[in-house]
Amino acid sequence: MGPLVPQEIISASWNLFIAFGIGIGFGFVLEQAGFSSSRKLAGMFYGYDTVVLKVFFTGAITAMLGLLFFSLFGWIDLSLIYVNPTFLWSAIGGGVIMGAGFIIGGFCPGTSVCAAAIGKIDAMVFIGGIFLGIFFFAEGYPLIKDFYMAGSFGPIKISDFFGISGGVMAFLVIIAALVMFKLGELAEKKWPREEY
Amino acid sequence: MKTKYMNPYLAGVLLGLVLLMAFFFSGRGLGASGAVKSVVVSAVDIVAPEHTANSAYYSKYVGEGKSPMKSWLVFEMIGVLVGGFLSGALAGRLKWKVEHFPGITVNRRLIFAAMGGILFGFGSQLGRGCTSGSALSGMASLSVAGFVSMMAIFGTAFVLAYFFRKNWI
Repeated sequence: MGPLVPQEIISASWNLFIAFGIGIGFGFVLEQAGFSSSRKLAGMFYGYDTVVLKVFFTGAITAMLGLLFFSLFGWIDLSLIYVNPTFLWSAIGGGVIMGAGFIIGGFCPGTSVCAAAIGKIDAMVFIGGIFLGIFFFAEGYPLIKDFYMAGSFGPIKISDFFGISGGVMAFLVIIAALVMFKLGELAEKKWPREEY
Repeated sequence: MKTKYMNPYLAGVLLGLVLLMAFFFSGRGLGASGAVKSVVVSAVDIVAPEHTANSAYYSKYVGEGKSPMKSWLVFEMIGVLVGGFLSGALAGRLKWKVEHFPGITVNRRLIFAAMGGILFGFGSQLGRGCTSGSALSGMASLSVAGFVSMMAIFGTAFVLAYFFRKNWI
């Protein structure tokens, strides 16, 4: 049955409209969770507020299990689902730079747009920075291209990498997440802060 | 802790369902930085069309029959603006403000926000997606790239947290 647009069960002309609707849900949930506050987001890295950990991992696990069960029930063809390709060195290098941007700026791109939507001026400045950063990358691309393309493994899945089934992999992620949730709850008790 | 926000685990389940719907309808995950990239490409294309046509990077996205703004992520992010605004309006959180730790000045907060944005923008292109597109959606589809991105982003932020503590605590 699914995915509906790639299989033309829903016409491709509806795809942008669907994107808009999904975006509304995405922005609404991020704001409800408190991701429109840089001080809440940064709390993750000092232990006083671990909402990032809880929402991020609960979200990833919910969607992961959803895909696995939808596939099991024959509701979705996983071979038609986009799996982002792995370029090992640029994924690590890009991730390190993004991590620095996170602790310095207090947002990531999605959360900054969500925060700007409710009037956070620091988020708007952060978005201006994203524009510049992407512009710098685009202009410097010829210099970075070799590193950008290095370590290509294609759209490899972590379950295949470890030689286990998707279900076992999801189970391991859930166990890891439960341990981290417990640590997060303990950290919030140890370093309590007023709510922002 | 009393909170004015949604229970984080409930918010996480709802976020996961939104992501699952993106996969089920459109066959792809959520994203954010890709929409900003479309805006950058379009802006440069308006100012310097010859430059975009000849550039190894921009030329992938412009040219005949290609319009970078008619992309899934651009429409999704317009939705994020609407959804975030609706939630803020319902919760009474609509307010112009620079949010910052009381121990630092407004200017310091804004300078660091700009620097963080520049780094995140650059890193998101190098890493082929940000926290939403590469890490969250990648993990849900069990891609190696998703797990690598997640660990690199959060790991680095934890390691550097000590050096930037005066901005936050």
